[in-house]
Amino acid sequence: MQLAYIARRFGVFLLIVWLAATLNFFLPKLSGQDPVRTKLLQSAQLGGYVHAGLEDMVKEYDRRFGLDRPLWRQYLTYLGATARLDFNYSIANYPRTVGEMIAEAVPWTVGLLGTTTLLSFAIGTLLGALLAWPGAPRWMRWLMPPLWALHAIPFFLLGLILMYLLAFQVQLLPIFGGYTAGAIPSLSFGFLWDVVSHALLPAMSIVLVATGGWALAMRGMMVTTMGEDYVTFADAKGLKSATIFLRYCLRNAILPQTTALALALGQILSGAVLVEVIFGYPGIGALLFQAIQENDFFLIQGIVFTVIVALGLATLILDVVYPWLDPRISYRRAD
Amino acid sequence: MTRGLEKVTGAAPAFTDPLPPTPSRKGRGRHFIVRYLRRNLSLAVGIILLSLLALFIVIGNLTVDTELARPLSVRALQPPSWDHPFGTDRQGRDLLAAMVAGTPLTLKIGFIAGFLGVGIGTLLAFVAGYYRGMTDTVIRGIADIGLTVPGLLVLIVIAVSVRGGLTVNEMAIIVASLAWLNPTRTIRAQVLTLRERGYVEVARLNGMSGPDIILREMMPNLLPYLAATLVSSVSAAILASIGLEVLGLGPLESPTLGMTLYWINFNAAILNGWWWWWVAPIVIILMVFLGLFFLTVGLDEIANPRLRQSV
Repeated sequence: MQLAYIARRFGVFLLIVWLAATLNFFLPKLSGQDPVRTKLLQSAQLGGYVHAGLEDMVKEYDRRFGLDRPLWRQYLTYLGATARLDFNYSIANYPRTVGEMIAEAVPWTVGLLGTTTLLSFAIGTLLGALLAWPGAPRWMRWLMPPLWALHAIPFFLLGLILMYLLAFQVQLLPIFGGYTAGAIPSLSFGFLWDVVSHALLPAMSIVLVATGGWALAMRGMMVTTMGEDYVTFADAKGLKSATIFLRYCLRNAILPQTTALALALGQILSGAVLVEVIFGYPGIGALLFQAIQENDFFLIQGIVFTVIVALGLATLILDVVYPWLDPRISYRRAD
Repeated sequence: MTRGLEKVTGAAPAFTDPLPPTPSRKGRGRHFIVRYLRRNLSLAVGIILLSLLALFIVIGNLTVDTELARPLSVRALQPPSWDHPFGTDRQGRDLLAAMVAGTPLTLKIGFIAGFLGVGIGTLLAFVAGYYRGMTDTVIRGIADIGLTVPGLLVLIVIAVSVRGGLTVNEMAIIVASLAWLNPTRTIRAQVLTLRERGYVEVARLNGMSGPDIILREMMPNLLPYLAATLVSSVSAAILASIGLEVLGLGPLESPTLGMTLYWINFNAAILNGWWWWWVAPIVIILMVFLGLFFLTVGLDEIANPRLRQSV
């Protein structure tokens, strides 16, 4: 049973990967746009004149990227290359490959997003559980309205406000980038602090918003769980309040919350992309922004594919871990 | 402790009791609405915020010359003054005019995409949830997989592919291409529970046809829920459109809220201390999102009284 479940989930993952690659391949074809030609023409025009040999150059590119062969051959070649994580050269930064540029940006995004997502999930879940708990301190009720309001705001909008307040007005934190320009990346304490302080503002704008969402969802689940008969029974048995809270209510209410986490990853990432853009944080989002500005089609494709696969993998892991959290799930076929 | 639990889970007076004891028939409707809004505060807050916004757009369109929202129509980078209450930006737009012209555009994108999304979503959800079988598996699979993918990135690939100066309407269509996923999923879940209700069963035994049951028996019961879904879809669509615009994939010629944010980011307005440039769009966007959010919560409360936040 367990194995079948994991196999099925892995199949879905492969499906996502294939769909992402296919989407990447066919969408541009539908528009009939030729990214290489467009880019070359653009740079030629920027140079003030159109090269006489432009057509030859495009042909040469086409040959190299295999664009002169029939569509299905191109498609297979593309799938093959994608499977090897070979995303071609960046059009705008020619000698560099897309894979190289993405590999440079990934640690920043993973660090920022991993930390903020785990942090907001943990804080939000606990906060939400306490908000629904009658035994919680009364002052916690005052947290509800701000949590609600924050939850409705996009990450980057809060980011802009925080940027103005904490980096421009008070000048408490650095405003832009991943580390001070000119600093030499090293493993020294000074550099690490530099990195952390640059990450604080983007992280805060994500955590503050996301925590509200998790808290609200958890609160709703807690209210439902606390109405269950087994909770009343536990209460009647005279169990300690803390036991009921942790082992009866929280333990059960956290299950849908974890499912929601798997579903929310995509949204969180979409939001984080914009946060990186606003703060010029050197992760995937900022790279994507740069690629869009430079019309670097291959880079955009590479990033989109990488992110979709990475998120698919994250959801896969969450789903595989889930039966361990909720033993009932492995016996329940998808309804 | 048990008492405390009761307090949370629903000892509050049920609002389903539709007629509050009012002596006079006259003005009872208005009275009821006011009384209800006082209880459903989220709905009230949402309506107030959105009404203020509507008022701003209507009065603005009547009194402000929106031609000033074009670049180079006023002196650039003027802080707020009597002539330009919201100041002007670096390209020489009057920001008040830009807001008056741009807010409806952003809302329009949201409404078109939101309506399309919920429309398609409802259709698919009913087909999947009511008829089940293969169709259900396929539709459900697509929606589930589609939702785990970061929507903004897919939208980016689409927007880049059709590039060459998007219009506001094209933006709306692009955003709508993914906006049906969430409604399909959530409405389908509702249809599934509704399907097993007694009155649907009775209708089926009476020989009512599928479409008839869906339209006459299930739809009316889902209306409040559909309304809540619609509002949250509009909000999600606006968020997606603003996301695309901030990345530079929006309609460059239109002064939508997202494009204003794009120029703010492009010109590093915050670093340069041009505070008036970003205050107005941010306040308006906040009003849009908060208004739509509280409206959703309020409508949810109507749709599903058991969810009531009665603390």
